[in-house]
Parts: sequence; C-alpha cells; structure tokens
Amino acid sequence: MRIIFYILKKEFKQIFRNKMMIPIIFVMPIFQMLLLVYAATFEMKNIDFAVVDYDNSKVSRGLVQKLSNSPFFNIAAYEKNIDAAEEYLLHDEADLILIFPANFETKLVKENKSEMQIIINAINGTVAGISQGYLSQILAEYNKEIIVDFLNFEPSLASTIQIKPRFWYNPELNYKVYMVPGILAVLVTVIGMFLSGLNLVREKELGTIEQINVTPIKKHHFIIGKLVPFLIIGLFDLAFGLFIAKLVFDIPMVGSFVTLFIMASVYLFVVLGAGLLVSTFADTQQQVMFIGYFLMIVFILMSGIFTPTESMPIWAQKLNLLNPMYYFMSSIRMILLKGSSLVDLQFQLYSLIVYGIVMISLAVWKYKKVN
Amino acid sequence: MNQSINIIEVEGLSKKFGDFYANDNLNFVVKQGEIFGFLGANGAGKTTAIRILCGLSKPTSGKIKVANFDVYKQTEEIKKNIGYMSQKFSLYEDLTVEENIEFYGGIYGLKRKVLKEKTNELLKKLKLEDKRAKLIKEIPLGWKQRLAFSIAIIHEPKIVFLDEPTGGVDPVTRRHFWDLIYEAAQEGITIFVTTHYMDEAEYCDRVSIMVAGKIIALDTPDGLKKTYKSQNMNEVFLQLARTEE
Repeated sequence: MRIIFYILKKEFKQIFRNKMMIPIIFVMPIFQMLLLVYAATFEMKNIDFAVVDYDNSKVSRGLVQKLSNSPFFNIAAYEKNIDAAEEYLLHDEADLILIFPANFETKLVKENKSEMQIIINAINGTVAGISQGYLSQILAEYNKEIIVDFLNFEPSLASTIQIKPRFWYNPELNYKVYMVPGILAVLVTVIGMFLSGLNLVREKELGTIEQINVTPIKKHHFIIGKLVPFLIIGLFDLAFGLFIAKLVFDIPMVGSFVTLFIMASVYLFVVLGAGLLVSTFADTQQQVMFIGYFLMIVFILMSGIFTPTESMPIWAQKLNLLNPMYYFMSSIRMILLKGSSLVDLQFQLYSLIVYGIVMISLAVWKYKKVN
Repeated sequence: MNQSINIIEVEGLSKKFGDFYANDNLNFVVKQGEIFGFLGANGAGKTTAIRILCGLSKPTSGKIKVANFDVYKQTEEIKKNIGYMSQKFSLYEDLTVEENIEFYGGIYGLKRKVLKEKTNELLKKLKLEDKRAKLIKEIPLGWKQRLAFSIAIIHEPKIVFLDEPTGGVDPVTRRHFWDLIYEAAQEGITIFVTTHYMDEAEYCDRVSIMVAGKIIALDTPDGLKKTYKSQNMNEVFLQLARTEE
C-alpha cells in the first residue's frame, strides 16, 4: 500500500505541474458544454420554402399563409414556374418547394380530394424528414379547417380521434435536455481515455519506464498508480460539467447523484483501462492520439448520442455491445432525466463491470516489465 | 570485500533478434565488490547484455545467475538486489531533486524514517542541499548523473549496473562521477559498468571488450596492456576493434 501512495504522490505532482492540465480539466468541459450543446441541435426553425402556384386560389393562398404564420416556415419566394423555384434549392436559399397545380381548388371541391407537389432538399435526410413532419402536421390541420369552413361541414362531423400526447421525462421536447447528458458522457470518455493513455506512453518516450521496470514494483501497483489520478479527475470533471449543465441549461436532474457517480466510476475504469491498453501497444504519444481518435469517433457515433441505437441495423446493435460508451450514454440519460436506479440499470452496470475487469486485466497483462 | 564470491555468472549467453546475434555466446563471471568494465563500440551489444542481466530482457539461451538468482525465473528477486542507471536519463525532469529521491526510495520500500535520513545524507554528500527543491531539468547534466547514480544505490543493492552513465560530460566531471563509484565499491557494492570512454576503462578492476556481439578480451587493464603491448587502453581497444574488422 505504501508503494501505491508514493506512486500516486508522484503522479499527482506531475499532473498538476503540467501546464496543459489545468486548461484541459477546466476549459474543456466549458467549451464542450457551451459549444456542442448548441451546435448539436435537431430542432428546426426557419425552414425556407419557395412557392409555385399555378392555381392561385383561395385554398392555395390559405395554405401558404398558414405555413408562413407558423414559427417554423419562412416564405423565400413566389415563382412562376418550377425551374425558377429550383434555383432557390440549388443556391440553398430554400429548403423545399410547394407546387400547386392549376385546378387545385376546383378539383378539391368537385372530387373532395386534390393533389399538390412538395419537393424537399434531402441532402441531410434527417432534416428533410423533420421538415416533412412539420409540414404534414400543418397540412393536416389545414385540411380540417377546409372541411369545416370551406366545404361547410359541421365541425362535429369533421372531428376525428383527437391525439393529445403527453411527453414524459422531457415534456417540452427540449433537445438540450437530451444532448447535455450526452455531451457529459463524451467529456468523461475523452478525459479518461486520452489522459491515461498519454501519461503511460510518455514514460516510455522519456525512458523512465525502464527505470521503473528494473525496480521490484508490482505491475498492478504501477497500473493502479496510473488509474486512480485520472479516475478522480474524470469524476471531478463530471461534477463540474453537471454544475454547468444546471447553471446554464437548467437541465433536470431527477435521479440520484450517488447512482450517477457509481456508474461513472465503473465506466471510467473501462475507458481508463482502454487508454492504458492502447498505450501498452503504442510507443509514442502520437500513436496513442491516432488510435484514441479512431476509437473515440466510433464510440461516440455508435453510442446513441445523436441517433437512437435501436434504429441501427441488428449487426451494428450487436457490435455496440462492445462499445463502452453505449452503456454509459443510456445510463446517464436515464439517471438524470428519468431518475433510474441501479436496479433499472442492471444490464449497463454488469456489462460495464465485466468490461472494466477485462480491460484492466488486459492492460496489466500487456504491460510487460520484461521483453 | 570478498573477491572470491561470484556475484554474476554468465555461461553461453546468446540473444538473437531475428537472424542477428546481438550477444553471441558470452562467458564471464563478476566477483563481489569488483568494478567490472564492459567495453565495446556502439552497437557491440553492451546494452542488450546489461538489460538481460537486469531482468529487463530475456536471453535466447545461456545459463545466467545474478546475485545467485536465475534470470529466467527469478527476475523479481534480482530486481530487489540490483540498482540500474541507463544512458537514457531516468530521473523525472518535472520532479524536484528531493521528490525524485523520495519516489525511488519509496518504491524500493524504504521505511519513511530511513528514507528521510538517506535523503539528507545523500543531498549532503552530493552538495545538493540548497538545490533540493529544484526541478531536475534545471540542474546541470553532471549533477543529474551523480544524483541518478546515488538514487540507483539508495536501497543498498548488491550490484549496480551502469549503462554508459557518463555520456556527454567532460573528463573532470567523469572523474567526479568515478569518485562516487569508488566509494560505492568500498562499501561492497559490485559495479558493472559499460562505457566507450577509455579513460574510464583504466579505472576498472577488470575489463571485458566486446566486438560485434562477442567478448574478445577479458583481463585487468594492466594485463590487457601487456598482452597487446600498448601504452594505454585506447591503443588496446583500437587494436582489438581493428583486428575484428
């Protein structure tokens, strides 16, 4: 135990003597939270649309009016023909085009149905899908209004089943509530994986590892000495990030912090272990950075931070079982937003424990004092 | 000092990297308390051999005992009984003089009280008392080397391995370093030192000369000079290195 104490003392001194460390610990969370949370938004405002109205009727004008009255849609242009309107799409000045054919209204009155065309810029499929969703909602509403006052139906006849959804855990569908815990998970991962990995490989670069290897120090003492400081820094940064989340975004924190920090500690053991494992293979800090980045991007994109993991193909979902971030991403959201307990998170907890044991054992095993 | 006890026994040590023999059938013994010089040009295989003796690397073949422990199975026992100082600098540049002593003393398991005494004694001996709170990167190379050596023997090992300990310093600074070596040898610590400075070779009790992975001569400096009819070790070395080429 005394040996671990000496190692920890040395590590902490070196960490805090490193000029880059304090900025990394304090500035990184602030930047990530303030920048990424705003940038990673799915909310659509300001969808610009161009209109080609060959009908120029009360119904067509009414719909355009209704759209531009909504907070989501802005009218970009009225054009005489489709080619002219398409220019707006090409120049990115409009996101979609509405085309009303001639006789749009007449047909509606005579046949009780009519058709129009909507062209959506779908370079980003998600954005296109969301735009279309908003549009459909407004169209449906408009449809009902037409039935009532244009075709002189009784309102009661027009009423269908009313759906009044109530959204739990994020009642206002505020994307920040969803994204902030995600960004916190990324933060913990970056701190854990890079700092631990870079630290060990630095000793290799400087040659001090040789001096350590020639001492009777136990492998696991050495690895513990490399893990614990970054575990503490990782947890500290999580607390700091949560503080910013409350202060700036007023994110609901329903669950228990004890639960969250237990999950975070277990998770940190996994990423720290991964970082150390990478550094036992690598010879330079550059190599650690490259491998680290590669893993990070895969971990983040597959973790479900942006897209629900359930909608990934089955093979990707299976692969995701190897992604430690996948477990923590769902855990942190469930704890903060739903107040889930460790019992609810059994699957994540046990998976991460097993994962952590495997990672750290591999790191200890791979770290050879003799070659 | 007991010159009759073998502290290092090497029989047929070979180390192969692929098809290349870095060490080719080395045979020698080192006596307890001896200053044993391990000479050779750059790339002759000195570092490979020293790493094997320290338990940092496994030999391909051979029977090797260090402090009576087997290098295949008892590397951890060996490590308790040896000190090591390598050409690549092994002190932490971002820790102070005192913190380096404390760290290495600590991981060798010295008791807190002993460590404190040792630290003071060592700082006094090296005249570094007023530099104890200075970072290693702020002190001159010669002092770093003397400090590294003192730290390498802080746990009072039976043998200390020095791998080109005095690289990059002038002969006067080297001489100061050797004063420390003699002092350690007086206390009974066996010194195993690699070098390619021939003035250092003169300071050794016995010297082995390695060329291309093989030991081609092993004797006292005077013996070698007599055998090769040379004035000094430099001439001996040049003759031997040349004949091999």
